[in-house]
Parts: sequence; structure tokens; C-alpha cells
Amino acid sequence: MKYVDEFRDGKLARKLGKAIAQEADDSRTYNLMEFCGGHTHAIFRYGVQDLMPDNVKFVHGPGCPVCVLPIGRIDNAIALVEENDAILCTYGDMMRVPASGRKSLLKAKAAGADVRMVYSTQDALKLAREFPDKEVIFFAIGFETTTPPTAVAIKQAQAQGLKNFTVFCNHVLTPAAIQHILQSPEVREMGAVSIDGFFGPSHVSSVIGTEPYEFFAEEFQRPVVIAGFEPLDVMQSALMLIRQLNEGRSEVENEYTRVVTREGNLKAQSLVAEVFELRREFEWRGLGMVPYSALSIKEEFAEFDAEVRFSVPKIVAYDVKGCECPSILRGVKKPTDCKLFGTVCTPENPMGSCMVSSEGACAAYWSYGRFRQPDVKGGKVIKIEKEAA
Amino acid sequence: MAAKRFPMKLNLKNGQVEMVHGSGGRAMAQLIEEIFVKHFSNDLLNQGNDQAMFHVDAGRMVMSCDGHVISPLFFPGGDIGSLSVHGTVNDVAMSGAKALYLSASFIIEEGYPLADLNRIVESMAAAAKKADVMIVTGDTKVVERGKGDGVFITTTGVGVVPEGVNISGDKAQVGDVVLVSGTMGDHGVAIMSSREGLEFETEILSDSAALNGLITEMVEAVPEIHCLRDPTRGGLATTLNEIALQSVVGMQLVEDDVPVHEDVKAACELLGLDPLYVANEGKLICICAPEHADTLLKVMQNHEYGKNAAIVGKVVDDEHGFVQMETTFGGSRIVDWLAGEQLPRIC
Repeated sequence: MKYVDEFRDGKLARKLGKAIAQEADDSRTYNLMEFCGGHTHAIFRYGVQDLMPDNVKFVHGPGCPVCVLPIGRIDNAIALVEENDAILCTYGDMMRVPASGRKSLLKAKAAGADVRMVYSTQDALKLAREFPDKEVIFFAIGFETTTPPTAVAIKQAQAQGLKNFTVFCNHVLTPAAIQHILQSPEVREMGAVSIDGFFGPSHVSSVIGTEPYEFFAEEFQRPVVIAGFEPLDVMQSALMLIRQLNEGRSEVENEYTRVVTREGNLKAQSLVAEVFELRREFEWRGLGMVPYSALSIKEEFAEFDAEVRFSVPKIVAYDVKGCECPSILRGVKKPTDCKLFGTVCTPENPMGSCMVSSEGACAAYWSYGRFRQPDVKGGKVIKIEKEAA
Repeated sequence: MAAKRFPMKLNLKNGQVEMVHGSGGRAMAQLIEEIFVKHFSNDLLNQGNDQAMFHVDAGRMVMSCDGHVISPLFFPGGDIGSLSVHGTVNDVAMSGAKALYLSASFIIEEGYPLADLNRIVESMAAAAKKADVMIVTGDTKVVERGKGDGVFITTTGVGVVPEGVNISGDKAQVGDVVLVSGTMGDHGVAIMSSREGLEFETEILSDSAALNGLITEMVEAVPEIHCLRDPTRGGLATTLNEIALQSVVGMQLVEDDVPVHEDVKAACELLGLDPLYVANEGKLICICAPEHADTLLKVMQNHEYGKNAAIVGKVVDDEHGFVQMETTFGGSRIVDWLAGEQLPRIC
């Protein structure tokens, strides 16, 4: 496939692997956090860890939008569709995320609620036009990448005079979350997590640019490399991070130059600024309350805000007992440290959100990396036998 | 001159299926005669009994049934009619059997256009003729509007297994070679491309086809084939996991060797799907001893439904039954069972 295969070239990968092994200092480890679930997925999907030296480790971060949404907000979404006889539409992964009381949007759908999977905000708008007598609520989730399309939909709804379209807004912000992780006691004082550098999510930066990371690269003395999502991007970015660390630099570098600029997509930014404003704080699963880390709909677009039109109470909900999603999302624990992992919690029957999305660390571990882990029963680690090249 | 049984012919242009067509009376008899018998016509069916009676030589028979609930009913490269023949013929043939007869049970929603039903039945008849099987008995039910989704078709097939052929999912052995008969994921992507609310432009056609002819040639060339299975829902990944579990072996695939159509790759990339998990309706997986692999590969590649056949991996010793894959990138990963559902109602 043109423009894709080039970034998955095995020969180049082996060369890069050698270069990384040469540059990495044997006397130390490099703990590199990929913030975004897209990177987690690529690392497992292509077996990137196999090509890295043992002392370069990936720490999986909280950048999976369905994983970080607190259970209470999913409870809200279920209540919204059930209590208002509405059509609730959302992106596919959201459907299976467990809510309180063993519910999920998928189970609500099976019980008769009109929950629909859409691929874009435009599909949601189309539904609103098709069913003028029904309230159509778009359950908006995601980082800066999915925010501009939601802004566009709200503006279109206004232009088209749609009276039955609202957005339940759960858009969150990447830089605020990374900063929060670096300020967490585990990282700052206790030393429970060591994070030496960050892979910045490239799609987020295609919108916000690289500039928003400059403050904390400097403040926290951690290098950041904006990394594309193809496996060669990840490896090249790892090399760039290792170089910075070896040279004692903490800068924001851009590996994904084919798309990302320092200032980002100004048009998208102005659209977002027009429709949304910062929430004073927002709850993240795993991180707790994070100040100024999410967006809400501005008052002038209040008629399209589901939280204004309907009753959306604040629900405090708790994770399933034993579920380590919160620690896994902070990089404090690995999926295999969780007692539920692979026993009662599997992609078929997820207990925690990290097992739901293919971008969740647990799902990636389970689906792609299981053989690397000691088997649940036998404790045997199986390695692929490699034929001589 | 005897009076015509049905003085007024069914209106195949603008008519629709009504509750009365499933009531067992004259209207149902007319529907059967003017649509089903007309297209399926054969000596066994035409006897008009509630069952078909046929002679079989002594030996082992196989029987398989498959319900078809696909949405949309007409899709690029096929429709529910041809699919309902292919699906069951393939299930019968994967045992190495010669598929002989099919039954067809229709559940039709009230109000369904007779013209569309006629098209579906025509397509079924053509598929059966091409696959050289006969539809010898059937059933028609009509459900109220809103209680079905157009047409559901359940087919059952029977066939006879030749002497000396023992093909089964539990017969994969360490050292065996894994072959596929062509590109993976065509059917699922074709369905996805025509689903309401998700139309995207692609040239991809469903691969829906009856593979009994191909299998006959393969079994003639190598009667000792160990396993045959069609990677339908759940795709190649899930089907290999099933076989690994049944045979208590592991599998090792090479990603570069798995044939995937460029357009399917692109569509999967866009939709976040993995072609290894996308359904096929005209492909098979063959597992055989290494000394037979080249012969079978040639037989497949010389057949119209196996042109892109390839060796994709091998069977290894692994009590856990894991399917692993060397990625294009040079790393390795587990290829697990499909979790959740990738696509709604694809067959």
C-alpha cells in the first residue's frame, strides 16, 4: 500500500534497531512513555519491542480516550438515552466499556435503548435530520484529534437550525494530562515510576502543533518527541529520545514532520476555540481530577449541549474491585500486575476500560503480547523460533 | 382443457409478499410454484412431496446447515441467495465430501417485494447449478412486517465422503504446512462498503463462491489432506485458532506471505480493521504434510477459485494452541481469537 508500507519496512526496522542498540548506554535503562494508545497498539501489533535492546522500555500511558473516561460519565450516557427516549450515537469502542452495575451501552442497546455506532459526527447529524421527532445525542469523546469534527458538527447544527441535536461533550486535552502525570507523587517523589521521556501523539499535534509541550519539557526536564503512528516512526522517535537523554537535552522534537508543524492546524484551533471552553477540572479515570484538562461547550452554543438540555447529574462511580486500570493508566503498573488480567478480564468480557479498546494497554497485551507473558496456568514463556536469515 | 391452477400470475414487478403467502393455502402453493419450483426445478423437488427421497451409495455422509441473515441482502459480488448456497456447500465440502443436495428454508418479511425475492431465488438457482448441487426440498414462512429483516435463508446440505479421505479440524500435526486459497478479507470489506451509513467507494467484490469443485481436485491430487476449513466470520485468525485448539498445536504465520488485496488493506487501514479477522466466503485454509504442500498449491493456483493461493505458515508444537505471526516489520506477535464483533450481520 502506497505511503503506508514504506513506514513498515522490516529491513529499515532492523537497521534502526541496530542504531538504537549502538546509541543506548548499556549502563542505564530508558523508560519511554508512549502517551497515546495508538502508539501502544503499533508497538504490539508490529512487535516493535522485539527489535529494541532490553534496556529500552516502553511505559504505556493514559492516551486511550475510552480508557480514561470515568465510569460516571458512561453511566450518564446510558441514563441520557434511557430516560429521554433519545438516539445516542458514539464511536464503536465506547459501546463495550463497562459502566456501573455491569451495564454498558451495548447492553443498554440490547435492552431496547436506541444506541448507534457512528464513524463520524456527520453520521450523527444525518440521523438528527432523518429523525426530526427524536432527540439525537452525540456522545463525544476523544483528545484534540476528534474535537474539531465535533466543533464542526455543532456549527453545522446551528446553521441548519437543528432543534433535536445535542452533544454530550467529553473531549479531553493531552498536555494537561502529561503534566499531571509528571506532577503525580509516584513520579515526583516516590520514584515508583520512572519516566525518562515521552512520545508525543502525532495526530494530536497535527491539530495543536508541538508548541504546547515546550513548557513542560523545560519545566520537568523531560524530552518529548512528537512521533508518528507507524512502527518505523516509533523506532525513529525512540532513537531521538535516547539521543536527547544521552546528550542531557530536554527538548521538544518533531519526528512526524510530514504532517506536524510547531503551530499546528490554526483553522482547527480557531474552530475549537469558537465552540469550546476549558473546564476548570475534569475527572480522568486513573488520574482523578485534572485541572483544566477538558472542554465544555460555550454558552452561545448551549442549545446543542446535552448537559444543558438534559439532566446530567455528577455520578461518582467506582472501578470493579481488584481492577488496576487506574494504576495501569498512570504507568505505575503493567497489565500483568493486575489479578483480573486474563482471568476474569478479557477482551470478550472486559471488567476495566483498558481491556476494551484495541488502544488500551491490557487489550494490546492480551491480544498481541500474550505469548511474552508467563502463561496464566503453566508459567511457560514461549518464544517464536526464528529461522536463520 | 383443465383450468389453470392459478388464473392470475404473481405480480413479479410490483407485487409483495403477504401473510397469506405463508399460510399453507393456495397463495403459498402459487408462490412456491411460480418462484421456487420455477427456478430450482429438478426431478426430486418437482415431485412436490414434503420431503425429497434419494438414493445414496453405502459410505459416510456429511450434513451441515447454515442460517443466512446478511444485511444488506444484495451486496457487491453476490446476494443472500448465492451466499446461502455457497455457505452450506462449502461447509459440506470442507470434509472432502462431494456435496449433493440442499434444502432451503425461507423466512420472509411481510411486504417484501416479490421482484427482489425472485431475484434472490434466481441467483440461488444459478449458484446451485454452478456448484452442481440440487435444491431438493424447502420451506416458506412469512412473518409480520417489522418482525424480520427482508429475507432470512437457512440451507442444509448433505454430501458423501470418498473412501480414504479423513479430513478434520483435529488432524493438524506439528510440521504441517498451512495454505490459503487466496486473498483474505474481501467479503467482509465488500459488505462493509455497502452498509448503510458507511458507504465508501471501493472496487472490492465479495469472494462468495462454492469451493466444492476446487476441493474435489485437491482431494483427488492428495487424499491425505489433514484439515480444510473456510475462514468465514472471524477470518483467518479465528479459524486458525479453532484448528489449533482442536488439534492441540500452535501455528506460526508469516505476515508477508498472507495474500491481501491492496484495496482491502487500504479499507482496513481506514476503518481500523485487521484483514486477518475479516470474513471470507469463497476461500479455504488447507493444512497438509509438508511433502504435499507444493502439489496442493499448484492444484489451487490452477483453479479459478485458487489463483492467489499461498503457503502462509506452518504448524508448530505448542500445547497452548497459540497462533503466532512474524510481522512484516520483523517482530512477532500473537494472533488471537476475534474479540467482540468486527462487523454486523455479514453472512
